[in-house]
Amino acid sequence: MAAPLLELAGVSKSFGGLVVIDNLDLVVDEREIVSVIGPNGAGKTTLFNLITGIYPPDTGEIRLDGESVVGLPPYKITRRGAARTFQTLRLFQNMSVLENVMASQYGRTKVDVVRAMLRTPAMRREERAIRTQAEEKLSFFGQRLMGYRWNQPAYSLSYANRRRLEIARAMATEPRILLLDEPAAGMNPVETHEITELIGQLRDEGGYTILLIEHDMHVVEGISDRVVALDHGIKIAEGTFDAVATDPRVVEAYLGTKATTTK
Amino acid sequence: MSDTPDKPDTPDVSEPPPEREAGAQIGVDSWVATEQGRRARGGPLGALARGWESTPDAAKLLVFLAAASTLPFWLNEGDLFTYGLFTLLYAILGLGLNVVVGWAGLLDLGYVAFYGIGAYGYALVSSPQYGIHWPAVVAIPAVMAATALLGLLLGFSARRLQGDYLAIVTLFFLQAFLAFTGTANPTIAGVGLTGGPNGIPNLDPLSFFGYRLTSTKQQYFFLLGVLAVVAAAFYLANLSRTGRGWRALRDDPLAAEVMSIPVDRLKQLAFVIGAATAGLCGAIFAAIEGAVVSTDFTVAVLITIYAVVILGGLGSIAGVILGAIVINVSAQFLAPQSDHPEIKRWLFYGTVLFLVVALVKPWYRAAVSLLGAVALGFCVHAIVAAAAAPSWTAGAAADAGSGSTGKAIASWVLITQGHGNFDTYVYIALVVALIVVRSVSGWWRAVALIPTLYLIPVVWENVLAPNPATTALILFGAMLVVLMTTRPQGLLGTPRVEVM
Repeated sequence: MAAPLLELAGVSKSFGGLVVIDNLDLVVDEREIVSVIGPNGAGKTTLFNLITGIYPPDTGEIRLDGESVVGLPPYKITRRGAARTFQTLRLFQNMSVLENVMASQYGRTKVDVVRAMLRTPAMRREERAIRTQAEEKLSFFGQRLMGYRWNQPAYSLSYANRRRLEIARAMATEPRILLLDEPAAGMNPVETHEITELIGQLRDEGGYTILLIEHDMHVVEGISDRVVALDHGIKIAEGTFDAVATDPRVVEAYLGTKATTTK
Repeated sequence: MSDTPDKPDTPDVSEPPPEREAGAQIGVDSWVATEQGRRARGGPLGALARGWESTPDAAKLLVFLAAASTLPFWLNEGDLFTYGLFTLLYAILGLGLNVVVGWAGLLDLGYVAFYGIGAYGYALVSSPQYGIHWPAVVAIPAVMAATALLGLLLGFSARRLQGDYLAIVTLFFLQAFLAFTGTANPTIAGVGLTGGPNGIPNLDPLSFFGYRLTSTKQQYFFLLGVLAVVAAAFYLANLSRTGRGWRALRDDPLAAEVMSIPVDRLKQLAFVIGAATAGLCGAIFAAIEGAVVSTDFTVAVLITIYAVVILGGLGSIAGVILGAIVINVSAQFLAPQSDHPEIKRWLFYGTVLFLVVALVKPWYRAAVSLLGAVALGFCVHAIVAAAAAPSWTAGAAADAGSGSTGKAIASWVLITQGHGNFDTYVYIALVVALIVVRSVSGWWRAVALIPTLYLIPVVWENVLAPNPATTALILFGAMLVVLMTTRPQGLLGTPRVEVM
């Protein structure tokens, strides 16, 4: 059997005395959609930060496509094929929609600044390819991010469109695995339904593997091949949505134990 | 968008809210509407803005170059030097700083040190100091390579430091440079390396393949060519992946890093390009001046270059060039040793008149205030001349000469001689009058404006005009304050959003 696309083995991370991720094992196979759920403060976003190299794990091993990425700077990890979105949107606000998606192609293009100043044929060719790629990624969202919106600054977009643009920007790095941090947060029911369908399309048509953090259980239920539940940095359940959602430890993590049991 | 055909002419209130596609336009349309409102702005200013936006950037540069190359034919050598040459020099310096501050967003306060190092570098290899006489065609690239290397080294601080902290470190670099060149002056090979406070004199003029640029006109055209090349190169760099990387890391360094952009490397690259540009300017400046002294590279110069970039509009190449023109021309006009002292007076009176006409509405109130001030002036002058000692009207308008203008001003405005305290009182009176004008409205304001409008020239002729050095700074500061409050993004800059 081929190595899994993403593999975490015994990963731990603490901030001061607070253990945020505790001896976590996680495997994501190619073209799988895995959801990570858990109450606030369970360590879900920290998990993403560890995978993308924003900070290194204290112990443990993170392998992308069989090779360790521990200690690599974030931009190199992204080049190895893991791209993410942010829970709190972090677009390049003052750049246009198109430029946001063009900027994130930095890692897989080559022309240096001297050739850019001379506008050599190789530079023009690459620039055309970057632009085509950007337009293609934006067209993935139907009419949402097309036409006149290309030249609008990112800050002028509506909230839902900003979330879409973040996904498009991550797609343009040509990753193999997309890490989506609460893609449906702040969206209305119609938009949530749309983003759920879109995530399915990302896997089926785009060929991406997807690791997803989401609080909206309708989204999680609709698309997940597998669900992982975290609480206080510990994996408390893993399996199909139904199995995890009915797991007593998950219920306890979300709702607490009965008040009478403490008497 | 306003005449989109698929929108009904008369909105039907009973209709349910439009479908998703139209609904999605609600949020979007606010941007489109303001954008179109801006475009649709009427009048000559709106036409100018539309014309500016529809002109291709290459055409703008060509028009500027064509206009700038006529300058030597209608300015004399002295004016070409102060207005032409130095504007170009500030423009190139501003373009280099714009890469570091405008695009990469790094607050580099050591920029002028690279300018100075470029000048000293040229001085060391093209002067009798060590008897080395490299031609400019060799010296300038060598100097640029040296400053670029130093920029790379200083850029290491940008890897770890941001904002204020980076500013402190780079400012320290500038002060260290000034102390080294002005005071330390280590003796190397029997000669003081930097000449200490005297600097290094007798530099070789710019020479390319035996062709020497000695006249101001030649140097001007050379600098114009350099500006064209630098502007075009930076323009193209900004539209490449490197430029996008810079602007991305300015907006959000963490997101840029996660989006496969090597943030640290790009920051250092910005430092290198900025330093090389400053080094280039330094070498040219040294060759034109024929000498270098460390006092030419102080914090004052740094502030001027920052003013050029910020006033013109951070991140905009055309803005930086316009900023250089505005800053240098106005600074030279206002300079105490300026050849055109009368200009200051007309600028001042013109601005006051413009403000009254533009701000006091309706027009007849402005007219009443202005005419009232004129009448009040002649009355006061006549009464004082008849009743008080002659010294109260004995002064003459500074720099106005003895012509009709000077006489007209002296017979309207009270210009005293030997009444030291009068200056202070009239100054305080003006401040009080301005406060009163601010706190009343309607016809009362028009009435309050009459003595205020008379006090303004009295203060100017008695206090400000006789002290040109202070006045220049006050007026320069006032101009910057007014421009930056009306257009915080700079003349040609785009408004930025920092936090959502």
